[in-house]
Amino acid sequence: MKEKMAKGSAMILAALEKEGVEIIFGFPGGTVLPLYDQLYDAPIKHLLVRHEQAAVHAADGYARVTGRPGVVFATSGPGATNLVTGIANAYMDSVPLVLITGQVASAFIGTDAFQEADITGITLPITKHNYLVKDIEELPGVLAEAFYIASTGRQGPVLIDIPKDVFDQEAPFIYNQNCDIAGYKPTYEGHAGQISRAVKAIRDAQRPVIFGGGGLIRSGASAALRELAEKARIPIVLSLMGLGAYPGDGELFLGMPGMHGSVTANYALTEADLIIATGVRFDDRVTGKLEFFANNAKIIHIDIDPAEIGKNVTIDVPIVGDVRLVLEELLRKLRPGNTVKWLKQIESWQNEYPLPIGSNNGASTLKPQFVIRELSRLSGGNTIVATDVGQHQMWSAQHFVIREPRAFITSGGLGTMGYGFPAAIGAKLAAPDKKVICITGDGSFQMNIQELATAVYNKIDITIALINNGCLGMVRQWQDIFYEKRYSYTSMAGSPDFVRVAEAYGAKGLRASDEKTATAAITQALTEKGPVLIDFVVDPEENVYPMVAPNRPINEIIIRGDY
Amino acid sequence: MKHVLAVIVENKPGALTRVSGLFSRRGFNIENIAVGETMAPGVSRMTITVDGSETVIEQVVKQLHKLINVIKVSNLTNEPSVMRELMLLKVTAEAGNRSDIQQIVETFRGKVVDVAPDSMIIEVTGNDDKLEAIKLLLQHFGIREVARTGKIALLRGSKITIKS
Ligand SMILES: Cc1ncc(C[n+]2csc(CCOP(=O)(O)OP(=O)(O)O)c2C)c(N)n1
Repeated sequence: MKEKMAKGSAMILAALEKEGVEIIFGFPGGTVLPLYDQLYDAPIKHLLVRHEQAAVHAADGYARVTGRPGVVFATSGPGATNLVTGIANAYMDSVPLVLITGQVASAFIGTDAFQEADITGITLPITKHNYLVKDIEELPGVLAEAFYIASTGRQGPVLIDIPKDVFDQEAPFIYNQNCDIAGYKPTYEGHAGQISRAVKAIRDAQRPVIFGGGGLIRSGASAALRELAEKARIPIVLSLMGLGAYPGDGELFLGMPGMHGSVTANYALTEADLIIATGVRFDDRVTGKLEFFANNAKIIHIDIDPAEIGKNVTIDVPIVGDVRLVLEELLRKLRPGNTVKWLKQIESWQNEYPLPIGSNNGASTLKPQFVIRELSRLSGGNTIVATDVGQHQMWSAQHFVIREPRAFITSGGLGTMGYGFPAAIGAKLAAPDKKVICITGDGSFQMNIQELATAVYNKIDITIALINNGCLGMVRQWQDIFYEKRYSYTSMAGSPDFVRVAEAYGAKGLRASDEKTATAAITQALTEKGPVLIDFVVDPEENVYPMVAPNRPINEIIIRGDY
Repeated sequence: MKHVLAVIVENKPGALTRVSGLFSRRGFNIENIAVGETMAPGVSRMTITVDGSETVIEQVVKQLHKLINVIKVSNLTNEPSVMRELMLLKVTAEAGNRSDIQQIVETFRGKVVDVAPDSMIIEVTGNDDKLEAIKLLLQHFGIREVARTGKIALLRGSKITIKS
C-alpha cells in the first residue's frame, strides 16, 4: 500500500485532530504563514490572543482544567521568545503543553537571520523536552512523541521548532501514537514492598498527616485520598497546587501549610510522627527552614518523579509511581491506626488559631478578605477560580472554599504575575458550563490587560475580580515587615480607571469600595454574561497573615491580623 | 568524593548540551566529560566524572534519567572497572635532557610521538594518579601545553553497561 503523502503543515493539523485537540492558542507571524494558511479553512478552533505569553497561559489554564495538553502556535524570534515565561511557568507546575513555533528557513539557521532565535536552546532548561525538526520525514514521529511526553509521567511542556520550509515539504504521513522511547519509561505502579512499609507506618502512627500537592490533582487521586483520610482518620494539609484535591470545607482539612498557611497546618506538620506526602515536592515556601521541617516525623513520599524523592528532605518510605494507583493499592491493604487523641489536639489548635478574616471592625473600608469570602459564598459550587500572583492569590487560597479538583488555577512554582487572566480565559474554554472567576491584582492585571480584547471579542463569559489596593501588595508587605516600611517602587499610582478600561474594550465594568456595593456587584456580575470586571477598591494597608518569615521554621508563625 | 558515571545517550542533536547544561544549571561539579560512539548505531556513551556527596550523586543520576535522550546511567565508582585517560604533553626538551625525559616516559609506559628541535610530545595513558605523577616529573623540564581526553571506563569481567 502506498503511504499517504502530506505537507508539514497538514501533518500538524492531522496530528492535532488525532490527539483530540479542540482548540489552539496562538498568534501568527512570518515563519508560521504556511501553518496559518492551513488553519484558514480547517475545522479546528484557534483563539487569537494579543500577546504570545497570554497564549501559553491560556493553553496552560485549559490544560489544568481538562488534564489534556494545551496547544500553542507562535512565530519565530520574538513570537517564540514571548512564550518563554509561559513555558517556564508550565514547567514549574508540571502542566502538559505542546508548543509549535516557526523557525527561519533551514538554509538560514545559524546565520542570525531576520527573526531568528535559538528557541530550542533557550527553552532547554524549561521544557520537559524539545525538538528542532529539520527533516520532514521526522515530523510525524516527533508530533506523536511530543504529545506522549507532554501528557504522561510527570507532565510538562514540550516544544517543537519547525523551519518555515519544512511546513511546505511533503513526506509520507503515518501517525503512530504508540511511542516507544528508549530513554523514557515512566513508572506508574508503586513498589509492593514499599507500599507494605507504608501500610505498617500508617498503622503504627499516632500523629499522621497527609500532605498533598498538585500530583493528587494530575493523577485524579481525589477519591482515593478522601477514602484514605476518612478510613484512617488522618488530617490533610494541601499545598497551593493541591487545593481542591480534598474539599476546602471537609472535616479533615487543616488548610494550606507553609509561608501563608494556617497555623494548624504548620503545627500539624511540625508535630506529626508520620507525613504521607503525595504528589508534592517540598518547596521552600512550604517547608520553611529545612533543618526544622517535620523533625519528629517519618516521611512516606509518593511521587511519579523519582528525582523529587529525597531532593529536599530525607525520605523514609520512597514510593515512585502514579499517586492515584499507589493510593488505591495502599487502600486495599490499609490498617488504620488510632488518631483520636491527635485529632483532639488538632481541633484545639483550630479553635485557638482561626484564620484571620480581616474584619474591618465596623469601619467603612473594604477588606480584600471580605471580597474573596463573598465571591466564594455567592458563586457556590461549579466554579473555577484562576488567580494572579501576590496577596490576592494567598487570600484566595486561604478564603475561597475550593471543593473540587481542577477548580483552583494558579501559578505556584514560578509565581508569574500576568498568569491569572489569560489562564481564566483558557479555563472557561475548557469548561464552558462552569462559572470562572479570575481573581487578580492591579499590578498583575496590567501585565496581560490587553487580553480584554480577546475575552470581549470571543465572548468569554468570566468575572474578573480586581483586588485593587493601589500597590504591588505582596512586595509592599515585605517592605513593610522586613525593610522598615521603605516602600521602594511598589506604588501603582498612575494606573488607569479600570472600569473605563473595561468599557473601552467593550466589557462591563463595575466598582465597589464598601461591603454593601461589593456584595451587590458580585451578585450582578455572576448573573450577567461576561466578561465583567469588578474593580474592588480595597484597604491598601492589609497584609496577609499568618506568615512565616522566609527560611524560618514553619512553626515560628506570625499570627497577626483581625479576626 | 569523585564519582564516575557512564551515561548512555541517544545520539540526537542537543543531547550533549542537555547533559552538560543539567550540570551547570543544578550546580553539580563536573570534573570532566568524554563522549564517543558505542557499538549500537545512534547511541553514544558519555563518561562523566563528578564530585559530590552520595546524596548529590543520587540527584545527579535521577536528573540525568529524566532527560528523554538519556537511555541509561550507571555509577561505576564502586564497581570493579578499568578507568583510563589519555594525555598529551608538549615538553621542553634540549639535546642534553632528551634521554632523561625518555627514561621517565618509558617508566610510565608512555610514548614519544613527536620531536622538534626544542620540544617533544609525549603520549601517556592511565588513571588519575599515574597521569599526575608523570606530569609532576616532567614539570621539571618545562611543560608547554597539555591536552587530556577525559576519563573513560568499562566494567571489568563479562558484565556490560549497555547491550547493543
Ligand atoms: C512577572 C513578575 N514580576 C514580579 C513579581 C514579583 N511580585 C510578586 S507579588 C508582586 C505584587 C503583585 O501585585 P498585585 O498584582 O497588585 O497583587 P497584590 O499583591 O497587590 O494582591 C510582585 C511584584 C512576580 N511575581 N512576577
